Amino acid sequence: MGANEQVRSSGDPSSWAVAITLAVMAAIGLVAAANAHDLAFATHMWMVVAAAVVGLQAILVWTTNSDPEKRFDPTYYDDGIIKAGIAASVFWGLAGFLVGLVLALQLTWPNLFYFPDWGFTNFGRLRPLHTSAVIFAFGGNVLIATSFYVVQRTCRTRLAGGLWPWFVFWGYQLFIVIAATGYLMGVTQSKEYAEPEWYADIWLTVVWVAYLLVFLATIWKRREPHIYVANWFYLAFIVTVAMLHLVNNLSLPAAVGSKSYSVMAGVQSALTQWWYAHNAVGFFLTAGFLAIMYYFIPKRVDRPVWSYRLSIVHFWSLIFIYIWAGPHHLHYTALPQWAQTLGMTFSIMLWMPSWGGMINGLMTLSGAWDRLRTDPVVRMMVVSVAFYGMSTFEGPVLSIRAVNALSHYTDWGIGHVHSGALGWVGLISFGALYCLTQWVWKRERLYSNALVEWHFWIASIGIVLYIASMWVSGIMEGLMWRTYNEFGFLEYSFIETVSAKYISYIIRALGGGLFFVGSLIMTYNLIRTARGDVREEEDAVQAARPNLQPAE
Amino acid sequence: MSYETLASFAQTWGVLYFVAMFAGATAYALWPSNRDTFKRAAIAPLKEREADDDRPLA
Repeated sequence: MGANEQVRSSGDPSSWAVAITLAVMAAIGLVAAANAHDLAFATHMWMVVAAAVVGLQAILVWTTNSDPEKRFDPTYYDDGIIKAGIAASVFWGLAGFLVGLVLALQLTWPNLFYFPDWGFTNFGRLRPLHTSAVIFAFGGNVLIATSFYVVQRTCRTRLAGGLWPWFVFWGYQLFIVIAATGYLMGVTQSKEYAEPEWYADIWLTVVWVAYLLVFLATIWKRREPHIYVANWFYLAFIVTVAMLHLVNNLSLPAAVGSKSYSVMAGVQSALTQWWYAHNAVGFFLTAGFLAIMYYFIPKRVDRPVWSYRLSIVHFWSLIFIYIWAGPHHLHYTALPQWAQTLGMTFSIMLWMPSWGGMINGLMTLSGAWDRLRTDPVVRMMVVSVAFYGMSTFEGPVLSIRAVNALSHYTDWGIGHVHSGALGWVGLISFGALYCLTQWVWKRERLYSNALVEWHFWIASIGIVLYIASMWVSGIMEGLMWRTYNEFGFLEYSFIETVSAKYISYIIRALGGGLFFVGSLIMTYNLIRTARGDVREEEDAVQAARPNLQPAE
Repeated sequence: MSYETLASFAQTWGVLYFVAMFAGATAYALWPSNRDTFKRAAIAPLKEREADDDRPLA
């Protein structure tokens, strides 16, 4: 094949479109870097330029070296991007859990990594790094990878959009890197879970719209008449997160720099922020991971969803109720009381769809309960659904104004968040990662089920230690804050309520440490599984004939 | 818009809207003629397992 022919054959439209997008991005980055108002912004713009140049180079090398016939072969599923997604999920998960552990240790021993003249590892900067790394980097990559896997399988068609899925994947990683390095440099717009500044927000919008279009276009060309319920949950997650992100990040940059100001002020800004943040929980950490539940549990136990009808009612009631629950984060604030009550009422109503979904997930094991004993991956996912039920029971309780008076600003909230994040989101993600690794690398079994057992028990014990210690310290400090002496003065000074939590904080750090160790075990197991190894003493027969059959 | 206007709207039309949405979703889920569609949809992800390689479309 001559050079000219090769060049002509390499021009598929999606690669050109991505290349042009990257070129525009490089040009904007260059101009912005040249006019940068501050060092952090200039650093980020140079990172953007570098990423665009590397991306262009990669497209060039790949198009000249790959066979145009096979590049986006529609008779194959696109599983390369799933493999990349698994790797990214594991990497960011380890990073996020490790930073969380450092934070737990910093809260216990505040001088750890605290340098008065060098702020990069201060608690205030690591904290958003942890939350964003676990929610958006780990959780987001799990959601993108599983959604790309599930939408292909349930629609029986290859991912749409040619090179665009890869743009979504790498564009999302770039967003994470920009956000994370920004936090370390002190760049933040100070909105919880929406800390990235305006330029990172714009970039995420571009990536997210591409994600939505890839997902929709894949559903559009499906070869299956009905859209499986998991895809509805994924779609609700993608669409709602786009809406939340756009509204909550409406802001005006103060200069060509890393500082912007929200267009809303005061209580409007606060309400918008908690509308955003609570629905990030509702649609990112709930709807998206429910999609995982509705595909991976039936698939793993080889049983249909217990009630497909219940899944429909679950879906519509969840998305219509969740969107109103945010104001419960603003009890006893300047927000009008009727709005607080509204948020509280809708939070209590959420019990119904949440438990309906939990029952649907658990009962899917009907007739296959033995799998709980024989398959530790199934057990992990079932326990995660149980944690979903527990944390969606605790959430409405905490949203009641009188309970919130005791729990708000205490560690009870932190414990609640982590029973949802470690128990529900974490364990269902680990289950999905075990399944996906086995399936896309076409392994008959995992490298070691015994290591999954170890992961399961170490992580579960870690979660229990975490939640229990936070219940104790949270309720204790809440009670101490409201204790008056006989003269009507507060009984305890603030620092007394802090030092009283010392033991609880040690236990919490221990729990987080165990959870992190569990994820290290998983990483080793997944790498060995991907390489096609089988632990010999566990299954001599399997080891004698590895990799012969596709995954069960 | 005053609080009273908003509250009265929410307490009337808002409630009706929610009840109607819920009734609609429930009716769709329970509609007898949808039974077979949902039965097929529920087992659809399990069917592919015989051909669960990366090339079921060939």
